[in-house]
Amino acid sequence: MKRNLPLFFAFFCGLLVIVSEFIPHRPFSLMIDTLQEWFMIISGFAIILGQISLFQSNINKIKQKDSGWMFYLAGLISFILMLIVGMFWGTQETGGLFGHGTALQARLGMKPFDYLFEFAYMPLSSTMFSLLAFFIASAAYRAFIIRSFESNLLMLTAVIVILGRTSFGSMLTGWLPQGLRFWHLPNLSDFIMEYPNSAAQRAIMISAALGIIGSSLRIILGIERSYLGSDK
Amino acid sequence: MKGLLLTTLLFLIVLACYASPGTMNVQDVPWDEGKALNITWQTPADSIILQRADSLGVWQTIFSGPALPAAYSDRDLIPNKSYSYQLIAIGSADTDTLIVRASAKPREQWFYMHKLSFLIILVIVSLAILIYIQRARMGKEFYIRRISGLDSMEEAVGRATEKGKPILFVPGIGDLDDIQTIASLTILSQLAQRSAEYDTELIVPCRFSMVLSAAREVVKEAYLKVGKPDSYKEERIFYLTDDQFGYVAGIDGIMVREQPAANFFLGSFYAESLILAETGFSTGAIQTSGTAQASQLPFFVVSCDYTLIGEELFAASAYLSRDPQQLGSLKGHDFGKLLTIILILAGVITEIVGWHWFKAFFEGVQ
Amino acid sequence: MSAVSSNLIERRIVFLLLFVAVALPLVFPIGWKTEVSSYAKQAWELIESAPDSSVVIFSFDYDPASMTELQPMAEAMIEHAFSRNHKIMAMALWPQGMQLAEQAFLKVKESYPDKKYGEDYVNMGYKVAGIVAIQSMGKNMRDVFPADQSGTKYADIPMLSKVKTLKDVAYINSLSSGTPGIKEWVMAARDVYNTPVTGGTTAVSAPGLIPYVNSQKQLHGLLGGLKAASEYEALIGRVGSATVKMDAQSIAHLLILLLILTGNIKAFRARKRSAE
Repeated sequence: MKRNLPLFFAFFCGLLVIVSEFIPHRPFSLMIDTLQEWFMIISGFAIILGQISLFQSNINKIKQKDSGWMFYLAGLISFILMLIVGMFWGTQETGGLFGHGTALQARLGMKPFDYLFEFAYMPLSSTMFSLLAFFIASAAYRAFIIRSFESNLLMLTAVIVILGRTSFGSMLTGWLPQGLRFWHLPNLSDFIMEYPNSAAQRAIMISAALGIIGSSLRIILGIERSYLGSDK
Repeated sequence: MKGLLLTTLLFLIVLACYASPGTMNVQDVPWDEGKALNITWQTPADSIILQRADSLGVWQTIFSGPALPAAYSDRDLIPNKSYSYQLIAIGSADTDTLIVRASAKPREQWFYMHKLSFLIILVIVSLAILIYIQRARMGKEFYIRRISGLDSMEEAVGRATEKGKPILFVPGIGDLDDIQTIASLTILSQLAQRSAEYDTELIVPCRFSMVLSAAREVVKEAYLKVGKPDSYKEERIFYLTDDQFGYVAGIDGIMVREQPAANFFLGSFYAESLILAETGFSTGAIQTSGTAQASQLPFFVVSCDYTLIGEELFAASAYLSRDPQQLGSLKGHDFGKLLTIILILAGVITEIVGWHWFKAFFEGVQ
Repeated sequence: MSAVSSNLIERRIVFLLLFVAVALPLVFPIGWKTEVSSYAKQAWELIESAPDSSVVIFSFDYDPASMTELQPMAEAMIEHAFSRNHKIMAMALWPQGMQLAEQAFLKVKESYPDKKYGEDYVNMGYKVAGIVAIQSMGKNMRDVFPADQSGTKYADIPMLSKVKTLKDVAYINSLSSGTPGIKEWVMAARDVYNTPVTGGTTAVSAPGLIPYVNSQKQLHGLLGGLKAASEYEALIGRVGSATVKMDAQSIAHLLILLLILTGNIKAFRARKRSAE
């Protein structure tokens, strides 16, 4: 029963979604609307589930003094702090339990939640994203090595695209006459992105889409069950 | 005489044009859910006001503006209910204002005709998959090529066991409605069984709560299956944050602090892919990645030891379980590919020849 | 020295060089000019050609991490839409998106102080469930957004009085750095309701979305990364943060080319040594 009920739901809802994709008539149109509303409600409640898990796993690690437990404590304190200031004084236009916190706003220049968001959360997040630039540089340094004809081609393409994406690149070949504009680096770079790149991307996308159809069909028909925790 | 007749005729035509009260036509939008009506009109006036009668019969303006392009689509109507419209054509100062009325019912249809091509493709591909599954059930053996990324699972688990270090499994940044996440969880099921057999710790940080509960269920069942329910540690499968780069920061922290011997990045990934893979590379872990997100594949290929490309991610469950039914379904995918190639070639040829109906049919033009 | 520690030291040198390459042009700007690509032009044309007073959707599907690339796009596109007198309905499929939307509007309002909340723009806030939320917006917008971020009921927002579904908006502009984002808008809004979609994304995600910029106009152009943001700024004649930061990006790209060259020389020498 524990396994059969989810399998029945997967079969019924899966089939319903497919059928309603092609049949606009009631009751299918109404049923799919209801399913969509259910999904939105469940997704909303699932956020609470995540918060509970966050609390449980962090508190356990702090209690057991796991290695690096201070980090978990810091994470938990940050979470509670943001939650409290958001609940008490709200964010931007929205008020909280204690109104808009005018006195605090006057001191900080904005609401406490917005203050933390702008001066703590935003710089920290941007720092994480900016790591990408460093990692791209080190990965490029390792990866674009000429070993074979293919790697040669790869490197040549990379050089054209990198140059084409800079202002320096457009300056470098900006003098080319109108007849030779195709060879202008930004144009060449756009050409590579639009044709060879898109062709490869589309091939992967189409085959992945077929994989998705197959996987979905296996799930709907109950052939694929391991996502439920068991293949039996 | 001829001239007089011609002049009279021309005069009558002009008179007819000016004297015409204008026409309005209200029609049900074909092949839809019965919530829209198409209204077209013909009038010499420059601007019009279009009104619809509400439930009390009071005229409410729904459009006011230039008479051209002489068409309006009234939407969000109630199916099978009659709607009355009146068109007020406002002429220049020396002509009268004209009013025309018409009514119609929007009707629900039983099929979206513009989706016929999708249905045909879906039915053919699904039938092919089902036929191959049936053939597999009847004992037909299917060949599946080697996928080194999946063969590496044993190696990765073995290495983690030798070193006494954990295995890190990242199910991507997609929610449970993303089929890549589900494919990822099917691999997690296999990996959890192996890690349970070897008593190797498995860490699964999740970005979404729904993925968290599914991942917990998958790992718990895997441990039960190999008869080691006591080794299952629920707290090692946990929620980190919904925030994309907060999630990445959390995983990077785990990689640096706990130094997992093997990292698995399988599922839907975006800009964070390289940050994860490069941090894992710097810790010296054996790394396996897989995504159908084509734009992130180059980053994984550069920094990981093994990469599952696109559909390989979806084939993983069949490959690892060697279940004949699942292998049969993979053969069905191959048929789908063949069909796609044929359709692409047919599309190119018909466009060159000038038969544009073929492209329009598959584009689903309404 | 082991190979691993040598690798780590090399990585750190690379990181240090990149830091210098990015920092210097920010302190001492060079002022290189940006050339507008066809992708940015197509996005610009969609906004430029939408009728006066059209209601449009700007979806902020990113978080502060990628705001360096996406916020300049958001500001430039809002400015363009305001200049065309479009009524912007802002929303977010990512929780932090609504804060970023607010910041972008505040910034652009410095140049357009007359634009009023509720009449010229509105922030509907975050909506959970990604593509399902979009599908529901295609059926009834009011059900998905009963009220805006400040609690004003949908029916009481003047600029949305005629907007019932996605079909009633002139175009959708999704600024996204992942999922849910542009792809979901294309699948659930453009492909189903024919509402034009344009958008911007991070440079690393752009190649995956370029196939959607096709003859069927699944996407009307695409802004990929900071360069595209600076191109858009050039198109609307604005000197914004993207234009200022482009010098740093160009120098960083050149450094990466130099690093590729160095890596090859190193590999060539290693091969030569092993051959000997």
